[in-house]
Amino acid sequence: MIQTTAVVVGAGHAGLAMSRRLTERSIDHVVLERGEVANSWRTERWPSLRLLTPNWQTRLPGHDYAGDHPDGFMPVGHVVDTLTRYARLVDAPVRTATTVRTVRVAPAGFEILANGDVFHAPAVVLATGACNLPAIPGIADAIPPSITTLTPFTYRDPGQLPDGGVLVVGASATGVQLAGEIHRSGRPVTLAAGEHVRLPRTYRDRDIFWWLQATGLLAERYDQIDDLTRARHLPSPQLTGTRQVTMTDLHALAAAGVRIVGRLGRIADGVAQFSGSLANICVLADLKMNRFLTRADQWATTSGLDGELPPPHRFARTHVDPRAPLELDLTSGEITTVLWATGFRPDYSWLDVPVLDRTGHIRHDGGVVTGAPGLYVLGMPVLRTRASTYIHGAAADSAALADHLHSFISNRHR
Amino acid sequence: MTVTDSPVDNGVNVAALLGAREALSATPEAADFTWRASCTWRNGTHSHSTVTGFTGLGAEQQHRATYEYDIDHPECFASEDKGATPVEVVLVGLVGCLTAGVASVAQFRDIQLRSVTATIEGQMNVLGILGADPDIRNGFETVQVRFAIDADASREDLEALIAQAQKRSAVFDIVANPTKVLVELA
Repeated sequence: MIQTTAVVVGAGHAGLAMSRRLTERSIDHVVLERGEVANSWRTERWPSLRLLTPNWQTRLPGHDYAGDHPDGFMPVGHVVDTLTRYARLVDAPVRTATTVRTVRVAPAGFEILANGDVFHAPAVVLATGACNLPAIPGIADAIPPSITTLTPFTYRDPGQLPDGGVLVVGASATGVQLAGEIHRSGRPVTLAAGEHVRLPRTYRDRDIFWWLQATGLLAERYDQIDDLTRARHLPSPQLTGTRQVTMTDLHALAAAGVRIVGRLGRIADGVAQFSGSLANICVLADLKMNRFLTRADQWATTSGLDGELPPPHRFARTHVDPRAPLELDLTSGEITTVLWATGFRPDYSWLDVPVLDRTGHIRHDGGVVTGAPGLYVLGMPVLRTRASTYIHGAAADSAALADHLHSFISNRHR
Repeated sequence: MTVTDSPVDNGVNVAALLGAREALSATPEAADFTWRASCTWRNGTHSHSTVTGFTGLGAEQQHRATYEYDIDHPECFASEDKGATPVEVVLVGLVGCLTAGVASVAQFRDIQLRSVTATIEGQMNVLGILGADPDIRNGFETVQVRFAIDADASREDLEALIAQAQKRSAVFDIVANPTKVLVELA
């Protein structure tokens, strides 16, 4: 049995940031990692993926980007290198190849069973992230067996796909990036699009994340957001980590020859049925993008920056092909692969503490888990601010939660 | 834009709706509703339907009155035209749902409505229902709704209003998306 003050589960960006914060506060801790540091970046991402945030923004506590391409976007391999270097830099006490099997309440805090070891700690920080499993809808069961199905975890590159058409389900960053990549490989691609977030890579010669930060949007606190549930479940914006293309949206994909259809609603007798709501879904995405661009323009004016920035402009409305089919026969041979880009969900199958809501998400107040004193969660979308969704958000979040943890530990002994 | 001291009033109790959303999120079982109608065949294609009660908020609920609907086909289909066609009732349901949404969203967004009118059209080739052409579906090929709204708001705000009304509409979802339908013998 190993006694420590805090156990951090997961050695990704969030777990490492928290380790650094705990070390700063001289809090004895251990970071348990099922694989190696940055495990999911090593094993669960496709090779062509780059971060959506520019390098200058990809900061960790006490570690700013120092490379030669601040406006570039890190490929997955560089993310792994960066996190591996960071773990050494902050001397994080990581135990690799240590899979946590159970976290449960014990008389003086929590008991953590990991491989053969048993840890006891008054505080546990769950830093396993929001993307442990692909979120695949139940209708997947109705896909004809002749079809190859893939998820972003199993997809590597178009070369692994059989010849023939590909149905990509989902129009988040993942969906639009993979639809584009597969389309460029010469395979006919159909993209089923539900609600999505349309944003340009650059606007008025600045990266969109520069605008999101400058306008204060990323700093919006979780307890000041009107519809927090919605904010936490928003699909990632339709962006690609490259300055080469401004738009990776439905408009651009359609222009390139990708067939855009509505949200996949049902598969009946091998026939996929798509929603007729595509037109409105696109109107909503256009409206929301324009609302943000208006906010950006207003901010630029009040900040006196209009002189040094190119003038405001608007992007063309998303054109929806009125002939977009409502049905696609998956037994006809036209489609040979279905790729689920329908998002991800956390895996808490090892968490034996009753803190999940009916949808399987942890109930928490800005990362302080509800109903389990000493339990924290970190590295989740809009955890404490909108920036929490991205790597750099862990800096402020880990500081706030480490402060909370520190006072929790201190008060326990009184 | 007119500046007025009076608060926006579209006759929608936003506080009650937000309260319901809060309360029902806390007790999700109460949010399970079952809507019902009963139908009796009269003669030919004429039928008579009534709507009285529904289940929701964990209990049996009653409308203030029993609402009645006669459904029939028009004379050009050799029927007696004693009521709207079923497909027209679907259009009534959709446009009524969207209009309710327009009023509610406008209230929530502080937009005072002076008038809202809408027309709805559904295009259908009846060779489908007549079984004369297997490539033509029975249902609508397209449905078009056109709203005319007089309100203190920009055109962009009104476009956002009708977009949000679609997003929150039950009947829009029912019409636009597949639904599992089970019909059996009692």
